[in-house]
Amino acid sequence: MTTIERLVYMANQIAANLATDEDPAGAVAEHIALFWDPRMKKLIFDHDSGGLSPVAAAAIHQLAQKQNGG
Amino acid sequence: MTYQPQSDFGTPASKSEQLATLTIDGRIVTVPSGTSVMRAAAMNGTSIPKLCATDSVNSFGSCRLCLIEIDGRKGTPASCTTPAEDGMIVHTQTPRLAKLRKGVMELYISDHPLDCLTCGANGDCELQDQAGAVGLRDVRYGEGANHLGQAKDHSNPYFDYDPSKCIACSRCIRACDEVQGTLALTMDGRGFASHISAGLASENFLSSECVSCGACVQACPTATLIEKKVVEIGTPERSVVTTCAYCGVGCTFRAEMRGEQLVRMVPNKEGKANRGHSCVKGRFAWGYAQHRERILKPMIRAAISDPWREVEWEEALSYAASELKRIADKYGKQALGGITSSRCTNEETFLVQKLVRAGFGNNNVDTCARVCHSPTGYGLKTTFGTSAGTQDFDSVEDSDVILLIGANPTDGHPVFASRMKRRLRGKNGNDGAKLIVVDPRRIDMVRTPHIEADHHLPLRPGTNVAVLTAMAHVIVTEGLADEAFIRERCDWDEYCHWAEFVSDKRHAPETLEPVTMVPAADLRAAARLFATRPNGAIYYGLGVTEHSQGSSTVMAIANLAMATGNIGRRGVGVNPLRGQNNVQGACDMGSFPHELPGYRHISDAATRSLFEADWGVPLDPEPGLRIPNMLDAAVDGVFKALYCQGEDILQSDPNTQHVSAGLAAMECVIVHDLFLNETANYAHIFLPGSTFLEKNGTFTNAERRIQPVRKVMSPMNGLEDWEVTQRLAQAMGLDWNYRHPSEIMDEIARLTPTFAGVSFARLDQEGSLQWPVNDAAPDGSPIMHVDGFVRGKGKFVVTDYVPTDEKTGPRFPLLLTTGRILSHYNVGAQTRRTENVAWHPEDLLEIHPNDAEDRGIKSGDWVKLASRSGETTLRAAVTDRVAPGVVYTTFHHPATQANVVTSDYSDWATNCPEYKVTAVQISASNGPTDWQESYESQAASSRRIIAVPAE
Ligand code: SF4
Ligand code: SF4
Ligand code: SF4
Ligand code: FES
Repeated sequence: MTTIERLVYMANQIAANLATDEDPAGAVAEHIALFWDPRMKKLIFDHDSGGLSPVAAAAIHQLAQKQNGG
Repeated sequence: MTYQPQSDFGTPASKSEQLATLTIDGRIVTVPSGTSVMRAAAMNGTSIPKLCATDSVNSFGSCRLCLIEIDGRKGTPASCTTPAEDGMIVHTQTPRLAKLRKGVMELYISDHPLDCLTCGANGDCELQDQAGAVGLRDVRYGEGANHLGQAKDHSNPYFDYDPSKCIACSRCIRACDEVQGTLALTMDGRGFASHISAGLASENFLSSECVSCGACVQACPTATLIEKKVVEIGTPERSVVTTCAYCGVGCTFRAEMRGEQLVRMVPNKEGKANRGHSCVKGRFAWGYAQHRERILKPMIRAAISDPWREVEWEEALSYAASELKRIADKYGKQALGGITSSRCTNEETFLVQKLVRAGFGNNNVDTCARVCHSPTGYGLKTTFGTSAGTQDFDSVEDSDVILLIGANPTDGHPVFASRMKRRLRGKNGNDGAKLIVVDPRRIDMVRTPHIEADHHLPLRPGTNVAVLTAMAHVIVTEGLADEAFIRERCDWDEYCHWAEFVSDKRHAPETLEPVTMVPAADLRAAARLFATRPNGAIYYGLGVTEHSQGSSTVMAIANLAMATGNIGRRGVGVNPLRGQNNVQGACDMGSFPHELPGYRHISDAATRSLFEADWGVPLDPEPGLRIPNMLDAAVDGVFKALYCQGEDILQSDPNTQHVSAGLAAMECVIVHDLFLNETANYAHIFLPGSTFLEKNGTFTNAERRIQPVRKVMSPMNGLEDWEVTQRLAQAMGLDWNYRHPSEIMDEIARLTPTFAGVSFARLDQEGSLQWPVNDAAPDGSPIMHVDGFVRGKGKFVVTDYVPTDEKTGPRFPLLLTTGRILSHYNVGAQTRRTENVAWHPEDLLEIHPNDAEDRGIKSGDWVKLASRSGETTLRAAVTDRVAPGVVYTTFHHPATQANVVTSDYSDWATNCPEYKVTAVQISASNGPTDWQESYESQAASSRRIIAVPAE
């Protein structure tokens, strides 16, 4: 598994486990913000979202915007 | 300081709250009712002669040495079996008693070899002492029938049994039954012919059920059962109390010394975790400390293909510092990182994370707790508000039902297992606690002498969340939830949301049975049992955490405890059984990349500024890399240098080939350890470590109990481990000047509210303290969440079962799960270098008879174990302990390389590897695989050392 494949896998896994949260995308975004190092975040922000589940993709989009905006 | 044996009050303490006042030899004493007269006398400073009584076991009243006279009563009752009563007037020394005692003693001595001068126990023998105490000067009986000259049993590697010296007091039998709970010993024959036997008469200790805990050796009043080391070295002259460095039980011991030589480790009766008991590891397996393979000089090399070159500390440390600086300049500071171990002390771990955060300038620090209990941290923090078990070990004495899930305490946490077993057996005719075991394998706890689990749910590996959700389904839908507790202590709306989720038909045990393989009726009965007994306690281990849903399982456990009202008092709670000695402490000390000591997130500006002010450097607010992410980054060429203290990631982390690729891609790997471990095969700098006997510090056990580790001998490598880290920091230009680990603890206390009241002075005074220790709880906190959860309201978290992606299929039809065994510890680096190999010389693959037969495999055959990641070979043990479709092995021996086969999958929240589920195939084999052989030759060449620099 390459690093980006692993990150996509991890994001999807987090999304699957937070699927029952009230705001799944928000919860996934928060989890990634709290536990991923800057390089991992950058790699997934730069990724074209191929392979990401809808919740994971939404979460990463949300987080990227927040980090770029803030 | 002269040698003082531990005090012995003769019989166990009474827990009664009622008191009795009596007069003994003219002096008045008040004791709890139920206390024996012998103990009452001892508490008053009067030692009544005794042989068959000792305070670790119930009295038996057989030797008749402890006779007393009581006013108004006839005869001379035994003081060890006579309870103290109000108003009693007792005489312990009268001419009549003296005569009787002398007579008794004479009989014992006449059948005992009189080789005191050459006996190993000379000076430390109760028979000798009592002969003196009763004033026996000569023996009237001549040579008659006696037991002298019987064959000794030397089979146990750590202690001898010499039946000629046995006085048939049965202390050893009672110790094995009551303290250890193994029931290995019996008294064969009667009267004069009686003798102790370990299991069958034909057997010796080694081949018996004996687990070598040493309880009988400690209980034996003579030299019949004696440590080989005492025979070899002589009796000790002084003792120092310290803490075992093996497992998370945290037994304390008296290290009994002769000069700088350790004679024996004797479990400390005052130890609040172990209460005077021990297991074979802490008691006996410390020989590794002096093992010839220990590395005592620093070593460096330019490339891992070079042999090692021994250098002085100065050179090794300045080389390490210059390499770290070079790499930071060339690749950026994010290219550096550090790993600490849960074997290290709190102070060492604190320094490593400080070195990374303040010195390397990033948060790339992780701990081997990543691979064991990181989900506990996440799960308990989310639900309860703090990352720790809720109880002390004593709490189990008040449990009515115990749910044991994914833990194998008789092997992993033996001393706690003995305490749990004692509660399960009940006492004085009272029923013991009920037991529910959730484990794919029939662990010993399911059926052991005098214990039978009420339910064993042999689930399919990987379905913990489904099983726990089904239990919750039963509890909620059958109206067994403790709503009063939930309304008061938890968030009611969150509970309702959760209750609705678990009540859904798709979570019924019947619906989930095909997934979990647990019969629905059993699961329902187990859930009812757990919910309906007054005090329900949950104990769990790595079988919970090391899964792709490890964190979810921990939260599901917390949900179950809250739903049944089992939090905040004795007898209940959620109790992670920690693997290594300082897993709790490693987590507390901020060794995870996202949090500072005390579980405070690195993004929290207020906490960060506290540390920044104290350390005088700015801290990076972004979380750093976890171990698996470090390895990915290394393979990608952006992570280049690693300081690895006390941890062997190559052997203990999953997917060995990925780990070795990551390590091989780094330019500077610094290994700080006792031995050239497997990771050191890829290292450029080796800094020799010190053992727990050679340094000061503290460990924190699974009960949050902080206990001192005390230096009993000088470090053979010259420096204590904290000094090595400090010298490395200094070489990198950091202004660190700790003179003693107590100053590191002062810094921890200063910066961490839950440790505010902890200091070495306080620990010396109290023996141990359970955090939080602060203004609200100045003496520590045995039980947490008593009046409310740390986070405020307990949080119910919906945990949906998400099956692992590691799936069986036609090529890999079996599920492999892994575990540990009593006599070894983790990757075995220490225990393999002790006589403990007598019990477990190699890792074995357990396979069910049906699966074995399908493949033509018998016990003892070499088999190939293959998964999608790799393959290895080991020998098979055919057993129905495992269910069909499941195979099991341990990972204590590097030659097995069990992690060559484990997958890359990990816990969704923490990346704790999924060790407990790997799809595999087993087939017959003739010996080691190519990988094992090429690994062996790489390892052998990498371990070469040249003592003098090449010319
Ligand atoms: S060493 Fe422990 S298990 Fe073995 S016989 Fe003695 S008490 Fe029993
Ligand atoms: S072996 Fe020791 S403890 Fe056991 S009966 Fe003999 S003398 Fe007593
Ligand atoms: S290994 Fe664990 S149970 Fe055994 S003596 Fe050490 S701390 Fe106690
Ligand atoms: S010590 Fe009381 S009868 Fe032996």
